[in-house]
Amino acid sequence: MSGVAIVGAAECDLGSTGKSTLTLQTQAVTRALADAGLTLSDVDGLATTGVSRFSTTQLAEYLGLWPRWVDSTFVGGSAAEMMVARATQAIEAGQVSTVVISFASNQRSARSRSLGGVAEEHIPEAQFETPYGPLYPLSYYAMAAQQYFHRYGGTREKLAEIAVAARAWALLNPVAFRYGAGPLTVDDVLAAPMVSSPLTVADCCLVTDGGGAVVLTTLDRARDLRHPPVRVLGYGERSTNTSMTAVEDLTATGARESGREAFARAGITPADVDVLEVYDSFTITAALSIEALGFCGPGEVLDYISDGRIRPGGELALNTSGGGLSYCHPGQYGVLLLVEAVRQLRGEAGARQVPDARVAVAHGTGGILSTHATVVLGVR
Amino acid sequence: MHVPPPDDVTAGWWDATREHRYTLQTCRSCGHVQHPPRALCTACSSMVDLGFVEASGHGVVDTFTVVHRAPVPEAAVPYTIARVRLAEGPFVLSTLEGQDWRIGDPVRVGWLDLDDGRALPVFHR
Ligand SMILES: [Zn+2]
Repeated sequence: MSGVAIVGAAECDLGSTGKSTLTLQTQAVTRALADAGLTLSDVDGLATTGVSRFSTTQLAEYLGLWPRWVDSTFVGGSAAEMMVARATQAIEAGQVSTVVISFASNQRSARSRSLGGVAEEHIPEAQFETPYGPLYPLSYYAMAAQQYFHRYGGTREKLAEIAVAARAWALLNPVAFRYGAGPLTVDDVLAAPMVSSPLTVADCCLVTDGGGAVVLTTLDRARDLRHPPVRVLGYGERSTNTSMTAVEDLTATGARESGREAFARAGITPADVDVLEVYDSFTITAALSIEALGFCGPGEVLDYISDGRIRPGGELALNTSGGGLSYCHPGQYGVLLLVEAVRQLRGEAGARQVPDARVAVAHGTGGILSTHATVVLGVR
Repeated sequence: MHVPPPDDVTAGWWDATREHRYTLQTCRSCGHVQHPPRALCTACSSMVDLGFVEASGHGVVDTFTVVHRAPVPEAAVPYTIARVRLAEGPFVLSTLEGQDWRIGDPVRVGWLDLDDGRALPVFHR
């Protein structure tokens, strides 16, 4: 348990915005500060990625900041969760007092997403993997799903529940990309065009503009601000691979270790978690994370979620915003897991509010099940 | 098909493909076999005892996916990508020729000749 809290959280414009990445970043940062009752002049630490090669210096200058502390940990979708850990430690060490963690992209407006991904010529994958034409990252997740089905007898029908439940939550979130799109059925998921078997388009996250930011400061300072402080109770992480051939078992991810360490630091178990926000780049990503974080045993997740448990009103409030599958996916979605967790813990989530939420977990996954980072947040 | 040129570490592996020889980087000090080739042995950290040893070219399908949307315009879909577990231990990514693959199927190496004289290993039944 740390002496650090999240005191501000906000999204930038989402969906198809026609705005630049730096405009969206600026919205995210200034809205999160306004939410906290702070201004840019209070900020002495900044963490971001996805702006340019030198993301944090780029954004700092753009906002007119000379930060005492910066972090550009560039690990994909778990970056924001890792940055919470880094920022918490830096604040506790007294190096910095108020940190903004932000991410935004305009990937839908800019049409900048490619199915094959980007492999720099000098890395081993460029010689040994890219020539075979895997979709990146999708084909790796597809192979993980195939292996999971083979080992544990899962089916595409059972896995589709992740997407079906995400849509049900998105229908309660007015800013979700699929808000108003109507329910999604298992048959819809199965009938959607196959992309990389066994995963269809409906097993894949959205491609949208969007992003968000959170503001962290000391618990002492947090008590004087607008909202009840959302405490950083624990964190943990693992980086396991960059290629498609390094990990022995694709069904058991580094979320096991990141989750175990985060929960131990917070002094909680999965039974204590009221809200679980996990990265759902693909349906299988969320399924593997739920299992690896210990909410059920190995091989059990598809049965565990089959009874409506993760739908609104169910026993496990999962991806309450509608997730990357139905709410927003600007790439490196991890910061939006934190924003939604904060809103749930403050009781601000409107129609999708989980009653009496006290403990929330945000779990990011980056790359091809490459990086895993867990943050436990709580309010009294 | 674009395959980047070899570098100082991978040149020996690619040279063998010109003769359709499938090799794996092996540590003479501790016996560890690894792929892709690296500047050090990940088991014992030796940087001097690494060499390329002829491999069986046999393996089994660890997992696979059929790609239905081309990552580049010139690719003809569908095609099958797999993780193959080689008999010597390491996993490699490759293409499986043919259809209706299952996890656990045995495979052996074949070759796709590149314009520059190298060859790309692919796997078949
Ligand atoms: Zn060795």
